[in-house]
Amino acid sequence: MASLQEYLFISGLLFAIGLAGVLVRRNIIVIFMCLELMLSSANLTLVAFSRFNTGTSGLPDYNGQVLVFFIITVAAAEVAVGLAIIVALYRARQTVNVEDLTSMKG
Amino acid sequence: MPFFFYAFAAIAVIGAICLICFRNPVNSAISMVASFLGLAALFIGLNAYFVGIIQILVYAGAIMVLFLFIIMLLDLKAVERRQRANPLFLLGGIVIPLIFIIQLCAILPQVPNQDSEPLALKEAAKDFYDKDRKPGEQSEIHQSLEKGSLPDVHLVGLTMFGHKGDNSTIKTPGYNFPLQIIGVLLLVATVGVVALSLKKRDSLPENSEH
Amino acid sequence: MLELLGWLLLLLPLFSAAVIQLWLKEMPGTAVSMSILSVVTTFLITLILLAGEDTSAAINWASAGSFHIEIGLLIDNLSKGMMLVVTGVGMLVHLFSLGYMKDDAAKARYFGGLSIFMFSMTGIVLASNFVMMFIFWELVGFSSYLLIGHWFQKDSAAEAAKKAFLVNRIGDFGFMIGILMLWGLFGTFAFAEMADGARALGPDSSTVTGIAVLLVFCGAAGKSAQFPLHVWLPDAMEGPTPVSALIHAATMVAAGVYMLFRLQVSAGALLFEGFAGTTIMWIGGITSLLAALMATQQDDIKRVLAYSTLSQLGYMVMAVGLAGDHGGEAGMFHLYTHAWFKALLFLGAGAVIYACHHEQDIWKMGGLLGRMKKTAITFAIGTGALMAICPLSGFWSKEQILEAAHHETPALFWLAIVVAALTPFYMTRLFIVAFLGQGRSRGAKEAREAPGIMLYPLFALAAMSIIAGFPSIAGKLSPAFHHPEHAFNPTNPIFLISLAALVTGIAAGVLLYRGRDSDPLADNPVFRIFRNKFHLDELYLVLVRCCQDAVAAVIHFFDEFLIGELIVGGLARSATGLGNIFRRLQSGNLQGYAILFGAGIILVIYLTVFVR
Repeated sequence: MASLQEYLFISGLLFAIGLAGVLVRRNIIVIFMCLELMLSSANLTLVAFSRFNTGTSGLPDYNGQVLVFFIITVAAAEVAVGLAIIVALYRARQTVNVEDLTSMKG
Repeated sequence: MPFFFYAFAAIAVIGAICLICFRNPVNSAISMVASFLGLAALFIGLNAYFVGIIQILVYAGAIMVLFLFIIMLLDLKAVERRQRANPLFLLGGIVIPLIFIIQLCAILPQVPNQDSEPLALKEAAKDFYDKDRKPGEQSEIHQSLEKGSLPDVHLVGLTMFGHKGDNSTIKTPGYNFPLQIIGVLLLVATVGVVALSLKKRDSLPENSEH
Repeated sequence: MLELLGWLLLLLPLFSAAVIQLWLKEMPGTAVSMSILSVVTTFLITLILLAGEDTSAAINWASAGSFHIEIGLLIDNLSKGMMLVVTGVGMLVHLFSLGYMKDDAAKARYFGGLSIFMFSMTGIVLASNFVMMFIFWELVGFSSYLLIGHWFQKDSAAEAAKKAFLVNRIGDFGFMIGILMLWGLFGTFAFAEMADGARALGPDSSTVTGIAVLLVFCGAAGKSAQFPLHVWLPDAMEGPTPVSALIHAATMVAAGVYMLFRLQVSAGALLFEGFAGTTIMWIGGITSLLAALMATQQDDIKRVLAYSTLSQLGYMVMAVGLAGDHGGEAGMFHLYTHAWFKALLFLGAGAVIYACHHEQDIWKMGGLLGRMKKTAITFAIGTGALMAICPLSGFWSKEQILEAAHHETPALFWLAIVVAALTPFYMTRLFIVAFLGQGRSRGAKEAREAPGIMLYPLFALAAMSIIAGFPSIAGKLSPAFHHPEHAFNPTNPIFLISLAALVTGIAAGVLLYRGRDSDPLADNPVFRIFRNKFHLDELYLVLVRCCQDAVAAVIHFFDEFLIGELIVGGLARSATGLGNIFRRLQSGNLQGYAILFGAGIILVIYLTVFVR
């Protein structure tokens, strides 16, 4: 079985890739996917810590997994709302390219 | 075991890279499924079966379908432009994650580099032994642990809903209240999505004939 | 029970004024009866209170910690006597107004104004503390403004109302500071507690105390029209004559004297020792002399009386400033007698003006004695009382003032004697020119006796002018009265000197003006100065204009350049400049923000994790 360090590294790597996607891609849906990827990589961190933080009974710390459960739930809600917003946005502007969405320009 | 870890980690990372590299959003979505499947496998490798299955069901299943559906609905292929991204943004988008990874590598050696032992399930079973019950009528968790399998779902449930008995090492008040809040959140999200998706006729007169 | 009557006394005129103002403006008849009913009731209440015990009542109005402001009534001999004057003269003036203002279009407004004045004046008299007194002090100024400006269509009346209000404001500003200083010194606003505060005061603070008293006197100088704030009172004669009688002769202008004496009684006459008292009495004396000199050359019957009022007020203020040897009591006594006979004179003048078709120039009157016998006789009684002919009321009070002055400051005594000679002189002039000889205009020739409703108040006031001064009566009715230790003595040198002054004044007046059709002194350069009121009005005008322009220029510079350009404009410009710099960052590009955000997070990680 792999070590905690390796899990954390993979998790960080996924997070960084997600971040890169957010920063580079201009399609707002892909940006949204990358955000989901970042959330999931955080989940991996939590699960890894849960697994390696065995308590007195020798079982994983399930509080971490409960937190992951909550994160997934919230992420699902977020995806639903976010995609609805994207649809509304698309209806209004006929675009999903973030470079065209600069109405907050100062 | 390390083989599986590396294999699934590779799937997850390659899926993620494909996600940001494919120009077509449909391909991106498919890559994301691959990445999430790899992640789910990693969860399962960490003995977190329940979370792994949830990951597959919710992300690879529901959310992915949602994404694909929206991509199809908006017919985005035509919208994607051919022009290059702003080089400044491209640079920032590469440098910042790189710095992040460097920082991660710098801090990782401070984490205890332990290889996880296989879980000592038989010993853990003792903690779930109920003295007031006969050996044949012990709880599911105890029985499973005795048999050498991890009753993952039961344990998550135990943690989530709390445990009032005095014969267990896991004594938590549970997460009942946050669970209710999450329920309300989902409800609000549902209502919000419906409200957002409603077509306002007077605000979009050119679409009113649809 | 008595407290309840006290509150009723205070609030009844307010009620009347409010009802008139809110509902009765279109119904003058009802408004008039409302106002008169209220004033008669207050007069009756005053009589009941006069027979009753001293009492006081208070409700807490505002408090902050140990600091309290009360609305309270202080019903003692002083306020009861003063209330008798206020409601007595007030009632008679209301009745007189019935006749005088019969044909006025804005009768309801006029009587509403009278009611609000009665309310304010009652408030001053009954006030149990300085804050309440100050509030009503301002209200009195306000109602005076309303009534002077009753005929606001006339420019001169509107100007006079404005002038009265503004000049009063100057005095009131000092008054307010003075009240606060006294509060700082005594730790209380309430008159009842001032004696303790004054006693606790060390002798070291006498300078501060003196300044405080002088500042309070500023208020009195404004309201009682003392030099140099006297300029508003003659102009205030633009108001209806009954108003002049009530406000600008008998009650409101006496409020300053009343307030000073109230302070003196509460905090002790010791407060007026030293430079404060000296200043007050000299200002009183100078006012009295200047006003008497100016009165000798006025042609408008009301203006003669106005300057005479000024002169008499100067007498009272001088007496209060004398403080020692019962000067304050003498001043209040003079206030009380003066209120009756001066109201009589003003109402008499009102009757004459009414009869002569609103002619006010005495040189266009004449021969009125034959045509308006009753009015003329009452006017003569008032004149006599003002001249201090024995035994009319003015005689007794003036004698007491002279005695106090003689006892304290001989210089002031001789000044007062000069005034006592000038008073008969100008009053003789007035009486001879207006009432004797031949009618010099159509109005005077056609004059007829005033109607009964105007005559009866004159009779009542004439009666009071005769009897009010007798020690036995004054002891009961006067707000403050000091029974002289020794009975009246004809061989008293003070009496003899004042008698000589009186005879001189009358003789000079008779000799100069008997049978004349125009003023023989009009071309005399000295008297021309008197006629022109020492050019004080012009001087003030120039002074105000210069000061105002200079101050305005400074303020304009300050406002326009320092505040407007530098501070306000500078702030705005710097904000705009900063905004212009920072708005470049607001590209509106989502990924630009995300990159900045990511860089920030990396920085935070670096700072929190790697920098220890």
